[in-house]
Amino acid sequence: MTKKVHLDHVHLLHLLKAMIRIRHFEAKCVELYQAQKILGFLHLYDGEEAVSVGVMEALTQDDAVIATYREHGQALARGVDPKCLMAEMMGKLNGCCRGRGGSMHFFDRARRFYGGNAIVGGGLPLALGVALADKMQRRSTVTACFFGEGAVDEGEFHETLNLAKLWRLPILFVCENNLYSMGMAVERAEADIDFVHKASGYRVAGEKVDGMDVVAVESAARNAIDRIRSENDPYFLECRTYRFRAHSMFDAQLYRSKDEVEAWRKKGPIVRFQTWLEANRLIKPEELAAIEEEVDKEIAAAVAFAEAGGLEPVSEVERFVTMEAVPS
Amino acid sequence: MNTPQANAAATRMTYREACKQALREALLSDSRVFLMGEDIGRYGGCYAVTKGLLEEFGEERIRDTPLSESAFVGAGVGAAMAGMRPIVEIMTVNFSLLALDQILNNAVTIPHMSGGQFAIPLVIRMATGGGRRVGAQHSRSLEGWYAHIPGLRVLTPATVEDARFMLKGALADPNPVIIFEHVMLYNMEGDLPSDMEKVDIAHAKLRRAGRDVSLITYGGSLFKALEAADALAAEGIDAEVIDLRVLRPLDTKTILDSVAKTRRCVIIDEGWRSGSISAEIGMRIAEEAFFELDAPLRRVCSREAPIPYAAHLEDACLPQVATIVAVARELVRPS
Repeated sequence: MTKKVHLDHVHLLHLLKAMIRIRHFEAKCVELYQAQKILGFLHLYDGEEAVSVGVMEALTQDDAVIATYREHGQALARGVDPKCLMAEMMGKLNGCCRGRGGSMHFFDRARRFYGGNAIVGGGLPLALGVALADKMQRRSTVTACFFGEGAVDEGEFHETLNLAKLWRLPILFVCENNLYSMGMAVERAEADIDFVHKASGYRVAGEKVDGMDVVAVESAARNAIDRIRSENDPYFLECRTYRFRAHSMFDAQLYRSKDEVEAWRKKGPIVRFQTWLEANRLIKPEELAAIEEEVDKEIAAAVAFAEAGGLEPVSEVERFVTMEAVPS
Repeated sequence: MNTPQANAAATRMTYREACKQALREALLSDSRVFLMGEDIGRYGGCYAVTKGLLEEFGEERIRDTPLSESAFVGAGVGAAMAGMRPIVEIMTVNFSLLALDQILNNAVTIPHMSGGQFAIPLVIRMATGGGRRVGAQHSRSLEGWYAHIPGLRVLTPATVEDARFMLKGALADPNPVIIFEHVMLYNMEGDLPSDMEKVDIAHAKLRRAGRDVSLITYGGSLFKALEAADALAAEGIDAEVIDLRVLRPLDTKTILDSVAKTRRCVIIDEGWRSGSISAEIGMRIAEEAFFELDAPLRRVCSREAPIPYAAHLEDACLPQVATIVAVARELVRPS
C-alpha cells in the first residue's frame, strides 16, 4: 500500500531546498562555533536531513513534534524561524527560548514543537502525554516522536511503545537509526538490531525505510500517518541513516573508519536526490543556484538577527523557574 | 487524630477519605483533570484512596497504568503541556526514583528552558515514610530531596484538612506539585470543619502554641511532635509545634517568628540528617536568627541507615516521641 508522493516539480524543489537549508544552516553553525559565538555542545544532523524533511512533509500544523538533542533539522523542517534558532544557538534573548535552551533545547509552542530533549529517551514519555491530551480533547492529531536508535537501549522506549499500543495513541515513532549512539555501534549495544521486530513485540506495526531517500521517507510517513488516523493506533518507522560528522564537537571518532564515513557520504541524502533530479532533468542548474542563494540569504539574515540580539538580563535568570500562569 | 481544636460543626473522617474526597471534587469540577497510576482503578488504589472513582468516572479519566513509572509520569508531563490537568499517583516515593528523570529533567526544567513557553500544571501524589514494617525499599522519606529542586512545590499534608484541601490549591498552581501522603496517616481520623473550603499551600502553620521550645516538623512526624509536646507539658515545658506543610518553597518567616519567641528549636525530620530539609531549616535559622537563640539548634532525624524490617530496628531508626521529648527537655533544662 505505498502511497505515491505527489512528485510535481515544485514539491521536488521544495524537498531539496528544505534539506539544503538544514545543511547550510549547520555549516554556518560550525563556523560560528569555531569563532566561539556558539558554545557548548553542537550535535550536527549532517547526513540525516532526509528523515526530518520527509516526515515533516506528512504532518499538518495541528500535529505535534517531539525531538532529541540533535534537532536542528527537525526544527527547521517543522518551519521554526531560522532567525530564532540561530539566535538561540548564540544564547541571545531573541532566540526561540531566550537563550536558555541552546542547541539541544529548541521549543516552539506555536508550531507544537515540544522540544529538543538531551536525555536519551526522555522525550518518548512526553509523546505519550501529548498524544493522550489530544485524544482526550478530541483533536484528531498525530504526535511525531523522533529518537535515535540509542533510545531503544533505554527503558523509556519499551514502556512508551507498550503504553502507546495499550492506549491506542496516535503517535508516529520515528527511529533515526544512524548506527551509533555516540561511539557505540548499534550491534554492540543491542542484542537484536531489528527495530521493527522490537516494535512488533509491543504489537506496534512498523517498517524500515531508507532514511537517505527523502521521497521514500515522505512516502512512508504519509502512509504511516494515514494508518495512524484510520486505525487509531501508533506506528513505527525505522529510518536507516548515517551521521557524517562527529557526535559532537568533542569527538575524535575513534570508533569508525574514514572509509566507512566516505562510503556513506557518497549515499548522502542531498547528493543522491540532487543527482537524481539532474539525471532526470527535473532541476535546471539555475534553479539549484537559486535555491542555494535563497537559503544562504535566509541564513545570513538569521546570523544578522542573532548578532543584533541582546542578552537576557542576569536579573531575569530565575524568571520561569515557576510560572505565573499556564500560557494559552 | 489529635486535632488541635475540636469543632462542633465538623465531620469526622479518615485522612484516606479526605484524600479521596479531594480527588473526587477535582474530577467533578474540571473536565481536564484525570488520574493515572498503578492500581488506582480496579484495585482501588494500594492505600484504597481511589476506591470507587473508576466506577464513577470511567476508564478514560481513571487510568490504570502498567508498572512503568517513567512512562506514565512523563505522560503526565506531556499531557500537562498539551492542555490537561493530570493527577499522577506514584504508589510510593520509593518508586518515584524510576521517574525522577521525568520529574527533574522535564517537568521542572521545561518551563524555564523553553523561555516560559510552556507551564507544567502537573500534580503528583505519592505515599511516603516508614513505620509499617515493610523494609528499606518501601519505607523511605525523600521529601527533602524533592524540596531541593527549584520549580517544584512540595506539599506534606499531615492533617485531614490539608489532605482534603491541598489538592485544590495544587491544581490551581501552574507548576508541578508533589503531594506526599505519609503512610501512617491514612487511617488516622480528624475533624473537618463544615465551613472549610480551602487551605493555603504557601505557609507553615502553628499547630500548638508554646513559649519554651519550637518543635518544627511536617508530615508523619507532626503527631509525634504533638504527642511530645503533651508529654513536655506534663513536665512544665511549654512546647510550640510548627507544621511546615510546604517543604518548598519553605515558609521561613513562620519558622523565624517561632524561634524568635521560644529561642530554642528542635527540628524533627523523618529524612536522613545529612543534606536534609532539617539541615536547610537549621541553616536558615543560623543565617537569620542566630542571635535570637538561647541554645544550640537540635535535630531528631532518622538514623543514617536503610530502614530495617525488624520492628525494634525500624523503631530505632525513625524519630520517636521519647527522643523528641528528651532532646527538647535537654535544651530547656540542660542536665
